[in-house]
Order: sequence, then structure tokens, then C-alpha cells
Amino acid sequence: MIKKLFSLILVLTLVGLGGCGPADDPDATDPTPGTDGEVVDESTISFTHLWPAGSSAQHNRIVESIISEYEEANPGVTIDVDVLSNDQYKETMTILASSRQLPDVGLTWAAGYMTPFVNGNMFASLDDVIEDGLGEEFIPGTVEAFSVNETAYGLPLELNIAPIYYNKNIFAEYDLEVPETYDEFLNVVQTLEENGVTPITVGNREPWTGSMWYMYLADRIGGPELLTNAIERTDTFEDEALVQAAEEIQNLVDMNAFVRGFNGLGNEEAKGPFMNEQAAMYMMGTWELPNYTTNEDVPQEFRDSIGFFKFPMVEGGAGDIDSFVGGPGVGLFVSEDSPVQEQAKDFVQFFVERWGETSVTDAGVIPATVVNTDEVDLPDMYIDILDELAGASNITLYADVQMTASVAQTHLDLIQSLFGKHITPEEFAKRHEEALAAEE
Amino acid sequence: MNKVMSNKLIITLYVLPALLLIMVLIYVPIVLTGYYGLMRWDGVGEMTFIGLDNYIRLLSDNQFWRSSFHSLLLAIFSTISLIGYLIISLILATKIKGANFLRKIYLIPMLLSSVAIAQLWLKIYHPTNGLLNSLLFTIGFNNAPAWLADRSLVLFSIFIAIIWQYAGFYILIYYAALKNIPESIIEAAKIDGATPIQIAYKIKFPLILGVFKVTIILAIVGSLKYFDLIWIMTGGGPAGASEVIASYMYKQAFSSYNFGYGSAVGFYLLLFCLIATWLIRKLTTSKEEIQY
Repeated sequence: MIKKLFSLILVLTLVGLGGCGPADDPDATDPTPGTDGEVVDESTISFTHLWPAGSSAQHNRIVESIISEYEEANPGVTIDVDVLSNDQYKETMTILASSRQLPDVGLTWAAGYMTPFVNGNMFASLDDVIEDGLGEEFIPGTVEAFSVNETAYGLPLELNIAPIYYNKNIFAEYDLEVPETYDEFLNVVQTLEENGVTPITVGNREPWTGSMWYMYLADRIGGPELLTNAIERTDTFEDEALVQAAEEIQNLVDMNAFVRGFNGLGNEEAKGPFMNEQAAMYMMGTWELPNYTTNEDVPQEFRDSIGFFKFPMVEGGAGDIDSFVGGPGVGLFVSEDSPVQEQAKDFVQFFVERWGETSVTDAGVIPATVVNTDEVDLPDMYIDILDELAGASNITLYADVQMTASVAQTHLDLIQSLFGKHITPEEFAKRHEEALAAEE
Repeated sequence: MNKVMSNKLIITLYVLPALLLIMVLIYVPIVLTGYYGLMRWDGVGEMTFIGLDNYIRLLSDNQFWRSSFHSLLLAIFSTISLIGYLIISLILATKIKGANFLRKIYLIPMLLSSVAIAQLWLKIYHPTNGLLNSLLFTIGFNNAPAWLADRSLVLFSIFIAIIWQYAGFYILIYYAALKNIPESIIEAAKIDGATPIQIAYKIKFPLILGVFKVTIILAIVGSLKYFDLIWIMTGGGPAGASEVIASYMYKQAFSSYNFGYGSAVGFYLLLFCLIATWLIRKLTTSKEEIQY
């Protein structure tokens, strides 16, 4: 308790602001602390998620209905839900973890984010749940992103890839075809630029958006493994292909391919020109799909005018057009210290199964489990994306998620510098290599 | 009443609650921050004691010094802008027409939260649809810069927003101080033939010098630990061009999970503020208060 209080105070001093209220509930509701592993009839599972009813209404409803179904099927089990907003969530988890007060079940991000928790022995291994038949339901590669040393510590819920969305009306107006090669793509960019249309909008104040453009170029030029290998240090970041990809980014900047002032715009702001039909292309994860399909707040004509294409091939590059940048979003973890661990594992298994069945139709979330496209009624764009996913040759996890937190910070800063032309491609590669080497 | 106040026990009783709160919420965390700075700690797992490593590494951390330089620049700018605030208050305090109305206008930014102010200025600085650039486009200036994306401009763009944000606060302080000057002194000066500028420079300013010194300390210390607008408007970017000490500390602790290192930055920040306060006090102490 004292340690928790201290952690709270630490945050208060560091930030200088309050806002950490919800950090103090789990121990109040744990019914059987200190009893041995035996599952009693009356058990309470604490569950924290990040979909408030206000900002993520559809997600929230699905979670609520899954919970009530589970409680009905398992009399005596109560799920005690705590909801935090996305921004608060990460900080609160850090604070709870430092005093080993994590909820029994909660959400985590993949790879770099969860590693400290796993190393701190706070997440329970979920291998038994996966071996229990759940394994085959996941799309290959998704569970791996939640694994450390071949042991799974999280069950992925979402899977997103990043296609390039484009405005069909603008393309038609200038007689442009969907580009399949990078040269055609450059041609599209040039035509649009000459006609005073912003070719691409990107909100690089949040550099993970620019990072996806770089990752695709690295993938198409150097092949699907290169970037990942460089991050894992089995290859070098100063590889010619990775430098060339950086050069191509600056080449696009020189062509005025990106929206004015991209380094000062956030992702939401950058989305504006695309939604207002002022910009022709926008690369973003498939979580944007509702805006182009089901979201009634967006005018029907606009939704109908949006299509997507895969990042084009670079001639002579080692890449393949069916390789995507993307990755699982959040996944479920079970706390190692949970007094009701077995029951919690049963709950997450149930949750993942039900989530896979309902999330895509009810909330437009692409689950990490296989969706049978014949059985569900979905907008065409969803079906197309799901088909692309089924045919994907590779999905490269977002670079900043693959990296440890501090290297990721360096990467994001360097992406901004690269786009802003503050550094040369060679320096860009060299400083990545240095940051990665320093972590070893 | 006097009897109660001379009872030591009662005094302790009254002082204790506030003292305890201040100790627990301010002084204990300060000591703890210094202590965490001695650790390698990702905020989640085990702490490892590494002595003064973090503090030594910080001394050769370019980005840290760059951020400190930006904070210092902000401190200088806000101090200079105090003169502007003072001039405005001097004008408002004379009985010009509409002074009351103008005073209220200057006060409004103070009523807005930092987040709202940041959103407002984001809209003003928007590279294509922003208020500022739209204006520049209409007067035919087609090469208007992207204020928040250009790393040579971004810092000053935010400074202007910050100066605007605090205008009301300082103007209010000066205005109140100026209103406290006895009317008779001003009358006497007028009869002796002093011009308004002479009155302002030779009578009003010396009389509120004490207040002015306090505002210098407020402005400098406030600038050194400044965080909100910068964090919301640019997040310290592009590529660290608008990073200040506080945003660097936040990034280290909460984005890079170097809690130990972040704590060390925080401790240096405290040190800077203490030194700055001490220096200003030292430089601005005069022999005695001016009285007329």
C-alpha cells in the first residue's frame, strides 16, 4: 500500500498534475486474497479495459454483453469491470504494476510494451489456453506478437493492416489508375501535385504515421524480413536497402507528395483534408474502415468514393505486394498474482471466442481470429480487406511496437527528422544502428 | 484571541494538518524523485541501484541541454514580455475610455484551460486552413510557413501563444498594484508639471517595483517548468525542436520507460528553478523599499 502511494506521488510530482484517481480499487474487491489456488464457487474477477461507453460505445457494448453472457453461464462468478480512457490506461497500468496490483484480467499491447511486465513476472503464461483448442482460431503471427521466448502472455483481440485509402473521384478527375508499381505511384503523385491537389495526407506530428510509409518502402525495396532483422540485430540498419528507403521518403517530400506542414499536424488533423476531399490518398490502419463504410456521421457519397490499394511494388526490389505493415492492437492478459487465475483464464478464453464472433459485425473491429466471410454480412470493403488478410504473405509489426520503448522513441524522432529533411538518409540509418546497439 | 495564539499546543494543532499535507505531497516526493534518479528502473519491474550514473549521463546528454536551452529562451522571452504587460497595465490604469472593457478582454485567456488554448492556437497556426495563413494567403503572401512544422519557427510560434496565455494574469497583478498608488502623489506630480511618461517612469514604476520583482520570479520559474501548451501543440517536435525540460522528463519517464532517468531530469529541473530563484533574488535586492 505504501509503495503504491509512493508510486502515485511520483507520478504527481513528475507530471505536476492530478488525474490518477482510479488507481486504487482492485484490493477492495478481491474476495479471497491469500487463499490457495482452489477455485471457489463465489469468485470475482477484476477486469480493466479501455473502451469507455462514451468514446467507444460499440466496443463497450460488446464487452458488456460478453460479460453478462459469461456471468449467466457461470453462476457465482462476478466480473468486476473498471474502465479507463485510452490515455489514462497505460499510465495506470504502470503504476499498478509497480505495486503488483494489476487486475486479474486486463488489456496489453504487443511486443515492446509488454516485455517489462513479462520480465517482471506479472503476466501468467497463456500457453495452456492456446493449446486448449483456441490456437487454430488465431491468424498466424498474431499470437507470436504477444509471446516472449516462445511463451504466449497475451491473447490478441484485434488485427489491423495499413492499406492506402484513395479518393476514387479525384483519381477519375485526373484519369489516374490505381498504381501497381512504384513508378506509377510517383506518376500519380506528380499529376496530382501539378493540378494543385494534395497527393498524400499524413500527420507526422505523431510520427508512427510517417513510420508506416518508411516501413512499406523498406519492405518493398529490401524484402519482408530486412527491417525486422535489423531491429533484432541479426542484420544491420545501415543496409543499403534501408538507406534507399529513407532516400525515397525524402524524394517524396521533395515532390511535395505530403500535405503542407505534415510535421506539425496530428493524425486527426491530417485526416481532415482526406475527409474533405482535398487530399487524394491517406495511409492508415484498418481501424479507419468504419469511416468509409458504416459510419452514418460521414456522408454517404464520400463513403462510396473511397477505395483502397496495396502499397505498390518497387521495381527490382525484394518485396512482394501482398506483404503488409500492421499488427495486432490490444490483447488480453491474465495477472500472475491473480488469486482466481484459473477462472480468469477460462474467462479470457470465452471472451476471445465471443469477441471473434461479434466484433467485426457489431463494432467493425477486425479480430485476430479467423472470420468466415461467407457467413457474415459485411460491407464490401470489409470483405475485401479480410480477403487480403487471408492472402497476406507477411505482416510486419509496426516498427515502434517491435522496438523497446526507448529505441522506439529514437525511431519516432528520427522519422520526423527524416521527413523534415533535417538529417540525411545515411545519418538516419546510422543513428538507428547506434540506438539499437546501445540497448544490447 | 491573543491568549489562544500564545498557547504552543494550539499553534501546533492548527499548523500541523497543512504541514503534514505539504510534507507528504511535496517534500517527500522531492526526496523520492532524487532517490529514484539513482536507480535504473523501467517503472514496472525491479529497481537496480546505479549510483549517480543517471545524473552523470545527463550532463553529456545533448537533447537534455537543448531542451534546457529552449526553457531558458522561454524564460527570457516571458521576462521581456513582462515589460509589455506592464505598459498595457499602465495605460489601463489611467482613466482612458473603455479601460474596464479592455481589461476584461485581456483577462479572458486566463479563464480558458491550457488544452482549450492549445486547440485554439493549433487552429490559428494550421498550415493551410489556419487563421494566420489564410490571412497571409489573402494578402498575396503565398509562401506562408507551416508554423508548427518548421523547426526554426516552432519554438517562437508557441512562445507567442504562451505570452498571450499569461497576459491576463500579469496585467491583473500590475493593475491591482497600480490602483494601490495613492491618488494624491500623482496629483502632486501633475501640479509640478510632470508628463504622463515621467509619472509612469519616475513614480508609478518605482512604487510597484516590489510586485515587479515577484512577477519576474514567477515568470522565470514558471517558464523553466513549462509543459502544457508545448506538449499538446507539438509534443516537443518536430524532432525535438520545441522540447523543453518538462516535456523531455515526461518522455523519458512515460514514453521511454526510463523512470530513473526521468527522475534525474526532474531533479535537475528542481535544481535549476532553485538556482534561478536565488539568482534573481540576489540580483534584484535593493537597499530599501522606495517610499514617497
